[in-house]
Amino acid sequence: MKSMKHVKGFWLSIVLAIIFSVVIQFLITGGTLNSFYVNTLFSIGINIILAVSLHLIIGITGQFSIGHAGFLAVGAYASAIITMKLALPFPLALLVGGIAAAFAGLVIGIPTLRLRGDYLAIATLGFGEIMKIVFLNIDYVGGASGMTVSHLTTWPWLMACVLITIVVIINFTNSTHGRACLSIRENEIAADAMGINTTYYKVMAFVIGAFFAGVAGALHAHNFYIIQPANFGFLKSFDILILVVLGGLGSMSGSVIAAILLTIISTFLSNYPEVRMLIYSLVLIVMMLFRPQGLMGTKEFTDLLKIGKGAKGGSQDVNKQTIA
Amino acid sequence: MFPIPFRKGVAFMEQLIQQLVNGISLGSIYALIALGYTMVYGIVKLINFAHGDVFMVGAFIGFYSITVMDLGIFPALLVSMAACALFGVLIERIAYKPLRNATRIAALITAIGVSLFIEYGTIYIRGAQPEAYPDGIVPLKSIDLFGVSISGQSLLILGVAIVLMILLQYIVHKTKIGKAMRAVSHDQDAARLMGINVDNTISATFAIGSALAGAAGVVFGIYYTKIEPLMGIIPGLKAFVAAVLGGIGIIPGAMVGGLLLGVIEALVSAAGFSLWRDGVAFVVLIVILIFRPAGLFGKNVREKV
Repeated sequence: MKSMKHVKGFWLSIVLAIIFSVVIQFLITGGTLNSFYVNTLFSIGINIILAVSLHLIIGITGQFSIGHAGFLAVGAYASAIITMKLALPFPLALLVGGIAAAFAGLVIGIPTLRLRGDYLAIATLGFGEIMKIVFLNIDYVGGASGMTVSHLTTWPWLMACVLITIVVIINFTNSTHGRACLSIRENEIAADAMGINTTYYKVMAFVIGAFFAGVAGALHAHNFYIIQPANFGFLKSFDILILVVLGGLGSMSGSVIAAILLTIISTFLSNYPEVRMLIYSLVLIVMMLFRPQGLMGTKEFTDLLKIGKGAKGGSQDVNKQTIA
Repeated sequence: MFPIPFRKGVAFMEQLIQQLVNGISLGSIYALIALGYTMVYGIVKLINFAHGDVFMVGAFIGFYSITVMDLGIFPALLVSMAACALFGVLIERIAYKPLRNATRIAALITAIGVSLFIEYGTIYIRGAQPEAYPDGIVPLKSIDLFGVSISGQSLLILGVAIVLMILLQYIVHKTKIGKAMRAVSHDQDAARLMGINVDNTISATFAIGSALAGAAGVVFGIYYTKIEPLMGIIPGLKAFVAAVLGGIGIIPGAMVGGLLLGVIEALVSAAGFSLWRDGVAFVVLIVILIFRPAGLFGKNVREKV
């Protein structure tokens, strides 16, 4: 019976999401929403994909990666090369962006995911910086001045990518592989002892997370007209990290809510970048001091509404922060 | 392989030695910052991301001491070190102490938050515009050694670094607080049972590490002239790489790691890849983490459940 309820809630959410996106599409084409709101909506969509993809790595698998902007950059540049240099269609660019980032995730993940905790954090940070420097030094993609990209990201594509990302990551979390990843988060040594191939699952989560970050990169590149290496530095990684941390490590709906909230807040603060960063940093510190489990803890939105137990991302014990 | 033109053996050697001197000057700065990272990591197992920003604050305090308060270079150095020591203790007491028993990831996120708070707080207070250290404040003249000219700034950096490192070794190995620090880093609970005030010892570690970062900030300003609120990020990260290279938690390791990293960077620049210089440090990091995660001086410790 439980699985029936899960399926019902799942299809209900999909239908609601599709209705929502169709309504927004009509509002956009009808001109009811001005470009400011449309831009904010696009940013929210891209940030949701980024937050959910990082949630899989940090929240579900417990691997503290702070180089997510590196994958974003790989996806953005790979897709821009497809559409601008090779003049191939946009859907292919989305796919190639994702695959290129997933490949980068594989290459960086296999050696570094043997590391734990702090070392992994620093290694991924290093990877992000290396990516930035690599793109800075390749003249084919414009070096420091970057690449101009035509605006190809449309609302249906964006919404489709957001939905696919969320569905894939929910299903991954609830699969055998997702359980293995959760067990690694809870206790890596114990998971190893229970016969789980920890490196394999960590790399798998990392590659999937990187793939969707790459897709987000492709959408980002074709939304903002220009991509420059300087936009994909440590601060961008940090922007993504705060979405996951604020939402709650281990809660996907938390990441989505945080992505929506923070994108709106940062849009309004975009004229005051210092104030925005000050607020972000204070939020991080205060959050860790007083509510280290984030807004949602490891609970999901559906747990609160008691619709079903669909997208459960971890243990139900809210008071316990189990990520090592 | 090596794009430096082999005009004559002597000219090549001179150039190489010149680059080595530059590398050692830069490496001394990295080493001074890395010491703070490694000491803090050794004692509370926390990567203090804010350390690079303490270095930045030190550079600014030194700058204002020299320009506004008209101090000489050594008094400015001392003022900056003292202020940074205080600042470091303040950061530890406010942000890190409540999290001492929290998870590692919570502490790490807090450290990132503190780092950004200091950076953007500085921008908010004084604006993002860079400042330039005044010329001609170094009382040392450049000297010629085997046909290589070593500037007064380089000599100053080397002198300051050597004196501070000897002082640090003295503090850690010969004084009571140094003994307490070593005890706490070895086993915090046992140290507490032996009557050591663990909180004060940790604060002292932050104070010493931050003072070294402050000194590094001042000599950085003297050597490179330009300082700005975001200058701490890259040297901070590289100093962390240096600490990992030498074996994090090991003081001589941080010194050697810093010098080694500085020399590697200088040689990469000399070989004509100066644009890739910033990337090299991170390549070194990933390589060292893969092949020798305990660092050059570290011993492999088996993980216990």
